[in-house]
Amino acid sequence: MTVNRRTFMGTSAAAAAALAAPMVKAAGHGRPKVIVVGGGAGGATAARYIAKDSKGEIDVTLIEPTRTYYTCFFSNLYLGGFKTIDDIGHGYGTLAAGGVNVVHDWAIGVDRDAKTVSLAGGASLPYDKLILSPGIDFVDGSVPGWDLSAQNAMPHAYKAGSQSELLKAQLMAMPEGGTFAMVAPPNPYRCPPGPYERVSMVAHFLKQNNPTAKILIADPKAKFSKQGLFEEGWQNHYAGMITWIGPDFGGENVSVDPAAMTLNIDGEVNKVDVCNVIPAMKAGRIAELAGVTDGNWAPVNAADMSTKADPDIYVLGDASQQGDMPKSGFSANSQAKVCANAVRGALTGSKVFPAKFSNTCWSLIAPNDGVKVGATYEATPEKIAKVDGFISQTGESAEVRKATYEESEGWYTGITTDMLG
Amino acid sequence: MADRAAHNRRTVALAAVFWMCAAPSFAQSGDIEAGRDVFQRCSGCHQVGQGARNGIGPHLNGLFGRAAAGLEDFRYSKSFQRAGAGGLEWHAETLDVFLENPRAMTSGTRMSFPGVKDETDRANLIAYLRTFSDNPANIPEADPTARARDHDLDPAILALVGDPEYGEYLSGECTTCHQAAGGDDGIPSIVLWPEEDFVVALHAYKNKQRAHPVMQMIAGRLSDEEIAALAAYFGNLEE
Repeated sequence: MTVNRRTFMGTSAAAAAALAAPMVKAAGHGRPKVIVVGGGAGGATAARYIAKDSKGEIDVTLIEPTRTYYTCFFSNLYLGGFKTIDDIGHGYGTLAAGGVNVVHDWAIGVDRDAKTVSLAGGASLPYDKLILSPGIDFVDGSVPGWDLSAQNAMPHAYKAGSQSELLKAQLMAMPEGGTFAMVAPPNPYRCPPGPYERVSMVAHFLKQNNPTAKILIADPKAKFSKQGLFEEGWQNHYAGMITWIGPDFGGENVSVDPAAMTLNIDGEVNKVDVCNVIPAMKAGRIAELAGVTDGNWAPVNAADMSTKADPDIYVLGDASQQGDMPKSGFSANSQAKVCANAVRGALTGSKVFPAKFSNTCWSLIAPNDGVKVGATYEATPEKIAKVDGFISQTGESAEVRKATYEESEGWYTGITTDMLG
Repeated sequence: MADRAAHNRRTVALAAVFWMCAAPSFAQSGDIEAGRDVFQRCSGCHQVGQGARNGIGPHLNGLFGRAAAGLEDFRYSKSFQRAGAGGLEWHAETLDVFLENPRAMTSGTRMSFPGVKDETDRANLIAYLRTFSDNPANIPEADPTARARDHDLDPAILALVGDPEYGEYLSGECTTCHQAAGGDDGIPSIVLWPEEDFVVALHAYKNKQRAHPVMQMIAGRLSDEEIAALAAYFGNLEE
């Protein structure tokens, strides 16, 4: 049976309204309203949990422009040929059937006094609580020579979907013995091991299809996530193929010329065949438009992910500045559940439990060679603070690495189901 | 789009083909003693023999001739209920297909087990399980093969009554990886376990007696009450 919004409201909501006495009811409308902007790991999870756990007591609207969500996690595995683009694409139908009003539109403004969100399509929607989970946008001018108009010549592929497909097409079209270049981003950025997993997956593809090709990485960071594990893996699987240029050798001093397909590293001009530019990042623009950012990110309170700027606006995931958690889909999903519990408590008086956070990031280096890093976190008055953690070890057996990869497959199904139902 | 339903249809169709091709030659050829060793892989969840009872998985006494999902006092996955309603019965042939790749036959089974890939091992295991069946009625009085898991947990910890509402909140930390519906795609199912098994398992991670870095980390900061709450929640989930 397909549960549409009308039948959902007609049954569960009426029953809930008759039985429950919500603690907060905004004047002028019945059920308290939550608007969630952004249907990724943070936003979809928050919308689903609030709708599911409030059993119709809260009106939840999710605003997400795209009809198919392509997960950034596992998009590198698509580049490596381990997944198809359809494997990483997900619709919002199950979420809608679960009681979330899914609106495919862009949120273009927030009026914090009137407590409304305006949409590109012209509508203005009222909220009692607003949850922003917009992911990232790029910092203008962070890589001289590159801007969004150059993203077809030099893709970022750091928002999955058409950009991933473009980068894959360019990778496949590389001339024999050609050069794949990457401009790695400065901290902080989405998915700390992401660029290096991508290098691994590109290397895997080239080893199969274009074994004399080279990979060149210009990196502004002196060290990077899982560095020892990646360097060991690159040596084991892709010896001689990958050159990493850190800041000691000018990796932070780069510019590009998309028309000429050149990458200038500290004055040395490299002619390249593919150039994957991953610029510096900042919170998705709606956070800035809502006035809840300070610098590039939105500072939040660790206990419930509410912003420092406005107690009725929450920011989840990559866009938030919360403390020790890395910007990852897992982190956003974890933060969303803490936030959902707090928002529901504030609007209906349901019990609010103490915040607990965790994260694990799996990366694939080569077939059946998976590694992971993870940590648990707690809320302190200052920030989300790390409690405990672990990381895969260099020199692990093939059996352990294979089990780690298989576990990541299980996690992928787990988290996408947890987000979208 | 990841079309799980279509994928499931494919795997079910594939299982049916396997089934028809499965040669019945192994049925009498298994080595019961060797099968006892193979059963060690199953005994974490399944008991068989005198005194066997349901645990994480159903007990396996009288398995031959039993309809799938045929025990009244065990909460089977929907997948198994459908298979049973569809006429699946346990015999050497069906067990052989199932045990080779459990999720190919019942895609939604909560049985977190990749299967017994070796044909001889399967034949031995099936011969061993056969000895615990009424039909054929050649059942020796055997000791229970699987006993309650060895543990030295304080009885006071086991006696804690968990708060399922708190468990539901805490479960959010689990369901990022473990599917709430009980599916297993590389990460085991944790739903509908007997609460004691759940508590013993999490304390084994917490005390670093079971090896898995993520689980040691997650369980490591759960209090006794929190573990009891999770056991109460996951142990009584409605499917």
